[in-house]
Amino acid sequence: MAQKLERQTYKFHNTISINAEYAIVGREEEEGPLGSLFDEVICDDNCSAKSYELSEIDLIKKCLLGVMSKADFEPNQVDMVIGGDLLDQLTATTFGVKDYGFPYWGIYGACSTFSLGLQIGAVSIEAGCADNVIVSASSHFSTSERQYRTPLELGSQSPPTAQRTVTGVGSVILSGRGNGPYVTYITKGKVIDFDQNDPFDMGTAMAPAAFDTIYNHFKATNTSFEDYDAVFTGDLASIGHDIVTRMFEEKKFKVRNYFDCGSLMYDRENQYVNAGGSGAGCCASVFCSYIMKMFRNKELSKVLFVPTGALLSPTSQQQGQTIPSIAHAVVINSKRG
Amino acid sequence: MTQNIDDRKSFERAKKNTRPKTNYIKNSVMAFGVGGSICLIAQLVTNMFLSWGLSESEASILVTVILVFLGSFFTGIGVYDKLGKFAGAGSIVPITGFANSIVSSAMEFKAEGPVFGVGAKMFSVAGPVIVYGVVSSWIVGLVYYLYLLIAR
Repeated sequence: MAQKLERQTYKFHNTISINAEYAIVGREEEEGPLGSLFDEVICDDNCSAKSYELSEIDLIKKCLLGVMSKADFEPNQVDMVIGGDLLDQLTATTFGVKDYGFPYWGIYGACSTFSLGLQIGAVSIEAGCADNVIVSASSHFSTSERQYRTPLELGSQSPPTAQRTVTGVGSVILSGRGNGPYVTYITKGKVIDFDQNDPFDMGTAMAPAAFDTIYNHFKATNTSFEDYDAVFTGDLASIGHDIVTRMFEEKKFKVRNYFDCGSLMYDRENQYVNAGGSGAGCCASVFCSYIMKMFRNKELSKVLFVPTGALLSPTSQQQGQTIPSIAHAVVINSKRG
Repeated sequence: MTQNIDDRKSFERAKKNTRPKTNYIKNSVMAFGVGGSICLIAQLVTNMFLSWGLSESEASILVTVILVFLGSFFTGIGVYDKLGKFAGAGSIVPITGFANSIVSSAMEFKAEGPVFGVGAKMFSVAGPVIVYGVVSSWIVGLVYYLYLLIAR
């Protein structure tokens, strides 16, 4: 049984190992600094599919097959797929898994979906409700622009605080047996709303949630930045990253080795991405390539991974509501317990 | 809750210090240059039509049609949005921008079919412009009518 440290933070005693990971991205992401680390790159945003949505579904299918072949798994050996995306009613993930007969939990956590999935997967394995779980999260530039913003071909400018939705998907296989790295702690996020209402500035809206989760995690586990090889937040991009850094510095923390997946994804000087990347697929694909490769190469041994999500909808935004946000933290350790 | 208030204050301070600067001068110059060029081309074409002996109203209708065609064409081949990224208002305000807003919506929702997609969503961006254009023309017309009544 997991051990409760605080209301939000739990320590696991069983083995919860990340046995395989697979990441696929689009062309724009390939041109970024992490381009060579991804397992696969799709040809372009609609990839000869009939619609952008079908291309996202295709992306998810490819990623599921990819991660299973890496771990040498057949679909019937997978006890559950836990996954989500940014589309209404999670259609991308649902349509992506439907052909394989997996037991399936669809989850929504906006850009925090991946760590939400890791947490639910880890809890299921710890509780003995599953042995092998695939956790997946995806996003797609064109489908989310269509749903959340304006038509793609509309000639409009975006402000410097805006972020580009990553076309990408990342999947891992979590298992009750394996050689790691292991999920050792989780800190569940609270919904935080500091009255931000600019949909072109998600990084600022999500920064307080990231701060809250990381701060409470440090308090519960009696750790700080020095105790981790790196702390990764998801998709705050450059501005949100700076805000979190400043908030910790005000609390007299020594902020070191703190990175953000949205900032790592693109080359902001040469790509039209404004503050950086966002989307559920952003931290998922960065985790399944860059971060996991460093674990496999023994360059990292303990990481705090904290994807953040902005929990707004086009309706809530048009009705003038503020942007609530959330961040879920997972500790990945190359050693057990 | 007190901690929350502290966090909020700390957040507001951090936010204030991390605002990126929008380069208004560069944006204005780009908008002026691109928007001005579109208008210049339109004026040159108008003058050409006038020199061919067309009346002023005929020439302006023809130029409008040509500009709408060009706006739509460059949207269709995927150029107009790239122009808009650096031209900003310069490519939105002229009538080519209006064409862009309609064609981009129509292209976007092609996958949802001719009725619920293209037909229903075509004016999702341009619709408000038309609605409030018509409404403000009513208001201006009413004011003008009242003015005539009083002035008489």
